Amino acid sequence: MSAISSGVAALTIQDVRKGLAARDFSAVELAQSALEFAQAENSKTNAYLHFSPERALAAAERVDRKLKAGEDPGALAGVPIAIKDVIVTKGVRTTCGSRLLERYIPPYDATAVIRLEQAGGVILGKTNCDEFAMGSSNENSAYGPVKNPVALDRVPGGSSGGSAAVVAQGTAVAALGSDTGGSVRQPASFCGVVGVTPTYGRVSRYGLVAFASSLDHIGPMARTVPDAALLLQSIAGRDECDATSAFAPVPDYIAALNGNVTGVKIGLPKEYFEGLASETGDRIAKGVELLRKLGCEVREISLPATKYAVACYYIIATAEASSNLARYDGVRYTTRVEAETLSDMYRATRGAGFGAECKRRIMLGTYVLSHGYYDAYYLKAQKVRALIADDFRRAFSEVDAIVAPVSPFPAFKIGEKIDDPLAMYLSDIYTITGDLAGIPCMSVPCGKTAEGLPVGMQILTKHFDETGMFRLADAYEKAGGFAG
Amino acid sequence: MKITEKEVRYVADLANLKLTGEEIGRLSKDLDEILTHIDTLNELDTSKVQPMAQVLYDAEENSTLREDRERPCLDNNAALANAPLAGAGYFKVPKVIER
Repeated sequence: MSAISSGVAALTIQDVRKGLAARDFSAVELAQSALEFAQAENSKTNAYLHFSPERALAAAERVDRKLKAGEDPGALAGVPIAIKDVIVTKGVRTTCGSRLLERYIPPYDATAVIRLEQAGGVILGKTNCDEFAMGSSNENSAYGPVKNPVALDRVPGGSSGGSAAVVAQGTAVAALGSDTGGSVRQPASFCGVVGVTPTYGRVSRYGLVAFASSLDHIGPMARTVPDAALLLQSIAGRDECDATSAFAPVPDYIAALNGNVTGVKIGLPKEYFEGLASETGDRIAKGVELLRKLGCEVREISLPATKYAVACYYIIATAEASSNLARYDGVRYTTRVEAETLSDMYRATRGAGFGAECKRRIMLGTYVLSHGYYDAYYLKAQKVRALIADDFRRAFSEVDAIVAPVSPFPAFKIGEKIDDPLAMYLSDIYTITGDLAGIPCMSVPCGKTAEGLPVGMQILTKHFDETGMFRLADAYEKAGGFAG
Repeated sequence: MKITEKEVRYVADLANLKLTGEEIGRLSKDLDEILTHIDTLNELDTSKVQPMAQVLYDAEENSTLREDRERPCLDNNAALANAPLAGAGYFKVPKVIER
């Protein structure tokens, strides 16, 4: 056990593989240490909502049996992983951060969860998040906000705040989050970890509780680029259960991490740097300088439709959400407020069950889809979405990758922005464009502000070019970019 | 004003949401602000743009169609296990039809 107790909080997937191969520890020993550590540390951040020790130990035992029998235990053998609580886990409570699903025990597993376990991953538990993944600060969870492990009086970002926090805190080696408008990348940037939003359809959405189906992604979060790449490798690929999952073959991401980024053309979209808070801008300028030193060619580009992205996103995402969330009506999903008539029961259940942010989005989404408004709002937004996607298509005919900020500011204080929903929505500007276009994008750490708060740098590439994105991020990491 | 309290009540009705008076006041203000921001989209001429309903990339036609074959579906007990009220293999709800 000594090899583990000396640093379960800092292990990488590579370390776990070496430790298991050298018999420094067994998968069961690692799972037990990791669970103990995570449970003991959790009160500091509230990042886990619940743990799944039985499932974790059963998975670890399978890995140990395979190792003993000389079989391949899988690429993620024994790796302690946390899952955002909007991704269903059979037999393990899945609340979506909502009171409505306080007692919901899913009868099936998400495809990504099945694939993680098939690769030998050990699921420690479920992480806190904004209710139904709606939020940018994790303050919209019915189970209390998550505290940023880097600065406990600050938010970890959202909506995958718990997943970012456990990776930063070391209470899991890696985690799955979900991203609809930046919910993986923004918390990754706030907590100083790596967060990946793959190409839309790269990872099956089966078992990801639906928020906005044309925008939802499952994405990996980890402390290193190779770890995030390995996680994506394990969960990516076509799934019959999700008709929008892509057929494109999944390349060997790790093999592509060759450090060679000489001549890679990088575009800096000028719209993303205008009015950027100076410290965040400075950190990113330094990151770009490092990429230049590595041999990348940097040039300015323009993505002119950027300023319309927030408005476009909050029409499409809320419209889809209002429809997806209609299913929580007191009939199938655990919580009901009794009433005389069926329609009063629906209303009372939903009125009592949803938190303020979910109600706001359901209302906005219902409004923009309501009679007489469809063309003015939803159809208009779909057209603007096409313009945003076109901007990227044009840009990628000139450059191989785009580098941009993730958030206009670093982690803010808990409670600081909760009363101004529009300001909170506007802060999603740099991340929602990637979701609207459906392209791969990721956040990598890019040093810290004077106050010690992490800053994230975003890398975006064209559809299915996760390979190029990872290669660039990995070269940047190996050159010391994370420290700034 | 982009939206009145009366409209907020109407939309809440469509969305099957029971809201308190305080919530209606708050939502009127929030939605008004957000809808005002959304109006910036009108600056864009989109008359010649095809709407984008889904992320599209190159793939063979019909490639998302799978073979039609039987698979076991969720069994009745599992499907009902999370119901607040169930009986005789069904979800139970307040009476809808009077005899």
